Amino acid sequence: MNNANGQRGIITLPAPVYFAGYATVAGGHEQKGPFGGRFDVVDEKDEFGKKTWEDAEAEIQRLAFSTALRKAGLGEHDIDAVFAGDLQNQCVASNYGLASFDIPYFGLYGACSTCTESLILASIFCSGGFSRRAAAVSSSHNSAAERQFRSPIEYGGQRAPTAQWTVTGAGAFILDSNPMNGVPYITDVLPGRTVDKGIDDIANMGAAMAPAAADTLIRYFKESGRYPGSFDMIVTGDLGFEGTGILRKIMEANGYSIGAVHQDCGLLIYDRVGQDKHAGGSGCGCSAVVLGSYILPRMQSGELRDVLFMATGALMSPSSVQQGNTIPGIGHLVHIVA
Amino acid sequence: MNIGNKEYKKYVEAHAQKSPCIKNCVQAFLSGGAICCFAQGLTQLYKSLGATESLAPSITSVTLIFITALLTGIGVFDNIAKWAGAGTLVPITGFANSVVSPALDNKAEGWVMGVGAKIFTVAGPVILYGMLAGAVYGVIYAVFIR
Repeated sequence: MNNANGQRGIITLPAPVYFAGYATVAGGHEQKGPFGGRFDVVDEKDEFGKKTWEDAEAEIQRLAFSTALRKAGLGEHDIDAVFAGDLQNQCVASNYGLASFDIPYFGLYGACSTCTESLILASIFCSGGFSRRAAAVSSSHNSAAERQFRSPIEYGGQRAPTAQWTVTGAGAFILDSNPMNGVPYITDVLPGRTVDKGIDDIANMGAAMAPAAADTLIRYFKESGRYPGSFDMIVTGDLGFEGTGILRKIMEANGYSIGAVHQDCGLLIYDRVGQDKHAGGSGCGCSAVVLGSYILPRMQSGELRDVLFMATGALMSPSSVQQGNTIPGIGHLVHIVA
Repeated sequence: MNIGNKEYKKYVEAHAQKSPCIKNCVQAFLSGGAICCFAQGLTQLYKSLGATESLAPSITSVTLIFITALLTGIGVFDNIAKWAGAGTLVPITGFANSVVSPALDNKAEGWVMGVGAKIFTVAGPVILYGMLAGAVYGVIYAVFIR
């Protein structure tokens, strides 16, 4: 798509959109990780009062969104649109979780990139004058994802060292087009392009997503004329240990050294070795929970001012991989300033 | 990014963290061996209690299946298997777990379309091709050996 300057790439928002409120919900493994105690709602058993894991994930979305509304001091009728997604087939966690709200709803699937995919769409919607406020919600649930993408939960097998652990959690973000003081805001966004470098190993998503993350970052630096060092932090979604190494290598080869400012949510969310999480965390909830419990609070407190935040997704299904297709990746980027 | 798909895949595979093969083998040997010793002990016990030579191993298998099903049901088996690897996978414990775990997983979808339809999603290939191999061997045995 062409932006206002006629270039294909970065979309500079006509006016910045502000994080009026945000909330995170997480499960037991996340609570035991480095960010334990920072989440708004936690259930150590990952059940959230529901009988199935799928219902638990829907409840996570509902809890995240209603908590974000409460923290923003808003009611559901103050929100004009909600963009939401998750990892379940047909996005049912979002569909069911947000069905009780009387708000126009867009269900999205961007795999683990949904956090920023929804933020991009919500911010364009707000900034373009189509709504006063819009919300972006994304979630994942480890057990619901295990069932759908891998093997039965109680199946006794060994995971590959390159495999990642799907985060149980959700993040809800309420974006407001009215200027607010002391609140982080999005100034520009860069939608990702699908990049497929021929990876077909379902246990190495980091490698499938890293080239897409690099594609988006390189395009951002080239077009904006800025360099990695001019940002306080460059955050990727869930590349994990494998993908992080590959991304840094690709960036280096293209003349951008990001190591000093780069962090990956998949490596931040768990004590990877202590909690035995192999290559780190993943899932829509991974980037959403880290953004809401770690990045935005640090921006609000003035520790960080200028952040590139990019969630990354592996756009495959178990059937597509079994049928011999390779795994395309995508990286959607938002530029957040405080 | 100017790297071909083949070279990229090669690079990724070369740099990916490898499974600790020797450690896994040692753990599998110890745990698998322990399970077999335990089973042998059971067989001796059943024999001493009066089970016949052919019946004792069958009761032993059933006992192992029961213990695995119980441990799977209470959520312990997968933690043991994570350490044991092939040690729990190869004996009948692995087969029992592969049937019980999808049954548990799909209970919420009902007894017919959930448990009934999906109980063999993991063990299905083993059952199908195991029987096929048995049939082929049977033909070979009948034609050439007997």
